[in-house]
Amino acid sequence: MAHGPAKGLRRWLFTTNHKDIGSMYLWFSFAMFIVGGIFALIVRAELFEPGLQIVDPNFFNQMTTMHGLVMVFGAIMPAFVGLANWMIPLMIGAPDMALPRMNNWSFWILPFAFLMLLSTLFMPGGGPNFGWTFYAPLSTKYAPESVIFFIFAVHIMGASSIMGAINIIATVLNMRAPGMTLMKMPLFVWTWLITAYLLIVVMPVLAGAVTMVLMDTRFGTSFFDGAGGGDPVMFQHIFWFFGHPEVYIMILPAFGIISAIIPTFARKPLFGYSSMVYATASIAFLSFTVWAHHMFTVGMPIAGELFFMYATMLIAVPTGVKVFNWAATMFKGAMTFETPMLFAIAFVMLFTIGGLSGLMLAIAPADFQYHDTYFVVAHFHYVLVPGALFSIIAAAYYWLPKWSGRMYNEVLGKTHFWVAFIGLNLTFFPMHFAGLAGMPRRIPDYHMMFADWNMISSIGALIFGASQILFLYIVLDAIFRGKKATGQVWEGAEGLEWTLPSPAPYHTFSKPPEIK
Amino acid sequence: MLKRARGLWAWLLAPAVLIISNQTMAEEVERWKLNMVEGVTPISREVYGLHMLMFWWCVVIAVVVFTIMFYSMIMHRKSRGVKASNFHESTVLEIVWTAIPLIILIAMAFPATTSLIKLYDTSEAELDVVITGYQWRWRYEYLDEDVYFFSNMSTPREQIEGLEARGANYLLEVDEPLVIPVDTKVRFLITAADVIHSWWVPAFGIKTDSIPGFINEAWAIVDTPGTYRGQCAELCGRDHGFMPIVVEALPKDEYQQWLDQKRTDLAEIRQLTEQTFEFEELYQRGQQVYTQWCVACHRADGAGVSGIFPALIGGVSVGPVEGHMDVVVNGVPGTAMQAFGEQLSEVDIAAVITYERNAWGNNMGDMVQPIDIFNFKQND
Repeated sequence: MAHGPAKGLRRWLFTTNHKDIGSMYLWFSFAMFIVGGIFALIVRAELFEPGLQIVDPNFFNQMTTMHGLVMVFGAIMPAFVGLANWMIPLMIGAPDMALPRMNNWSFWILPFAFLMLLSTLFMPGGGPNFGWTFYAPLSTKYAPESVIFFIFAVHIMGASSIMGAINIIATVLNMRAPGMTLMKMPLFVWTWLITAYLLIVVMPVLAGAVTMVLMDTRFGTSFFDGAGGGDPVMFQHIFWFFGHPEVYIMILPAFGIISAIIPTFARKPLFGYSSMVYATASIAFLSFTVWAHHMFTVGMPIAGELFFMYATMLIAVPTGVKVFNWAATMFKGAMTFETPMLFAIAFVMLFTIGGLSGLMLAIAPADFQYHDTYFVVAHFHYVLVPGALFSIIAAAYYWLPKWSGRMYNEVLGKTHFWVAFIGLNLTFFPMHFAGLAGMPRRIPDYHMMFADWNMISSIGALIFGASQILFLYIVLDAIFRGKKATGQVWEGAEGLEWTLPSPAPYHTFSKPPEIK
Repeated sequence: MLKRARGLWAWLLAPAVLIISNQTMAEEVERWKLNMVEGVTPISREVYGLHMLMFWWCVVIAVVVFTIMFYSMIMHRKSRGVKASNFHESTVLEIVWTAIPLIILIAMAFPATTSLIKLYDTSEAELDVVITGYQWRWRYEYLDEDVYFFSNMSTPREQIEGLEARGANYLLEVDEPLVIPVDTKVRFLITAADVIHSWWVPAFGIKTDSIPGFINEAWAIVDTPGTYRGQCAELCGRDHGFMPIVVEALPKDEYQQWLDQKRTDLAEIRQLTEQTFEFEELYQRGQQVYTQWCVACHRADGAGVSGIFPALIGGVSVGPVEGHMDVVVNGVPGTAMQAFGEQLSEVDIAAVITYERNAWGNNMGDMVQPIDIFNFKQND
């Protein structure tokens, strides 16, 4: 069975190889990252100064909506699935994913989902303009015609995610090399296993929500219409029951990546491995009990407000444990600062800032002032950009030598880091101030008192966007011209993937490795 | 823009500026607003205090964590020739850094809970105002006072498009502000007519979603007379960014005068229904009404937005008058077209229909009198 890849396009269309599928996921997510980034830059260009200069408010709303949808479902999630595809079999000593044909299918439906979603922008009435959270009745009675294409696209993305999650669970539970007990698995595998369960629980809830929206818009039901006995607030409950675990779906695998990179470059084992596993599990569990903190201003009874406030504050405890563990891993190590480490350290620091503003948002009475302002935008971009996204970029630099067999250019990599780091802080830090000063989110124009912060944000966004072009160049440069990498690649790296030659052969661990 | 760029530069050179002129610096600081307002109600002050408390807690935690990290990064780097230790477990440490945050959180939860209880206490209000969100304006109704009106953004389109200099309250000004008395417990009953909006006045510490079919409550006792501005905070469609809130808090006697005046004005408008108008009068008034109420969707040239908002060139404007009145008075169910029968006076509906039937080359040559609208509503 050990044969090489097929030739030409057939290799990619029909492949069942976890490495090929992982690469396709990663390239696809990069493409979506650029598309979503262009949408964000259109938003930032309009917000560069007060007044309407570039786009119509309706198109502006389409841009904010599509930016969110494309980044969440097109860039971040597929990138993590791609990393899981590449790395989980290598980390647990498995020859491939447990369900290789389904693996192919779960990737190949994605490009079509996004083609359909993006095509709505060219339809009469325009694309989705109701925010990525598509609150009813804005997304039902008042939606553009294209809403049904959005619904169908979300269904396909959900199906893809569920299949990916099933595959990961099946692989982790059944395909571990003999001796690879659960508590020996690398944290990336652990965090992904837990994430996969989250996905299986919540993606059907999202599917239910969009189906109810479809019924309300096309079949005359009133799930979310008070006039017919429904309730628009129920939509928000259902959406956020999906939406909050979704947030952790986008950050738990990142915790796994950081827990791999920091020990490598600190040359010291990860501090508190088992507490990291338990913390991940408790975050996942708590994520089902906090959804309504996105809805403190909808008029919930006070008992509900208090419950969701306390539960949300509680999440700070396991999250804090993680941050302290990473700091303790660095403490008394022998650190070097290659590109993946720089991204990882920035992750810990900036994610902490995002976590602390999250703690402020958890305080319900104060949230009445923060809610739906740029303070919230700043908060979730601090956990998603230097959080999820930086971890993905760190992972790309960290494992690229293993994937391609070649080293990237370290000077360029560090340049990428510093430009991205400065750009991102210029973009998102001022948003805290704009939000506190009273700027609501999702507005295309604003009063002059917010002008200065917005101008800085727009400049920062352009710098951050440009740095990603450099990233593309660095990766291509490494693949085609990079220096040959050794099998070990990093001095302090430990784990099964580093026992393989670089690049990892097309088929690996056909015979299970020995686990010490 | 250039001016702001220069301001930006000035900020970067702040220390130098400070030496040159203290006053410039003070102005700059004033311009770079960066914190929540303390506000003028008991709730807003409470929330501000809570916000600052949380902020300083977060600063302390961040300083501790970052200090440890930077210490390691500086002291424990390979280039200094250190050798890595191998410790990687400590149950005591894990318990300590689970317990300490837990204690801090409990300390935070106490003031948060007491504030929330105060925030929810809408009992014993002296004045009730019903606030209804519409795409894209607010309606205020004084319960039991027979006074109600709509509040539209009054910033001219020329300012938004950059053809005119922007005013001091750009996008934060309305034709008719909500007026409330100071030192009075006002209860706001907040709902919506179409999609979800959110009524937010930062200086009152109030942000409450306005949801169609439901009524939410909030309250304020304003202690300082003045004008307070806010905005809709929940995405509500195309002109979400253009539905500001302005509240004027007046001393009690001035408030009473305003209320009486308002009642008289409303009675006068009702009387206009019985008058007969000339075509020119109706057309002029109609143009004003159109600019204020219809232009956001149907556009100034009546062309609408393809696929969402129908054009008024031709179509309903050149059909039977009854059909036209029906659309404006009752709206079109299932679309963004609202029922304006309750929102506009008979005079204004008659005027705007007359305008639409004769503008943009429609040239129907007919006109509608307020009494026609009144009769249409009666028979409807």
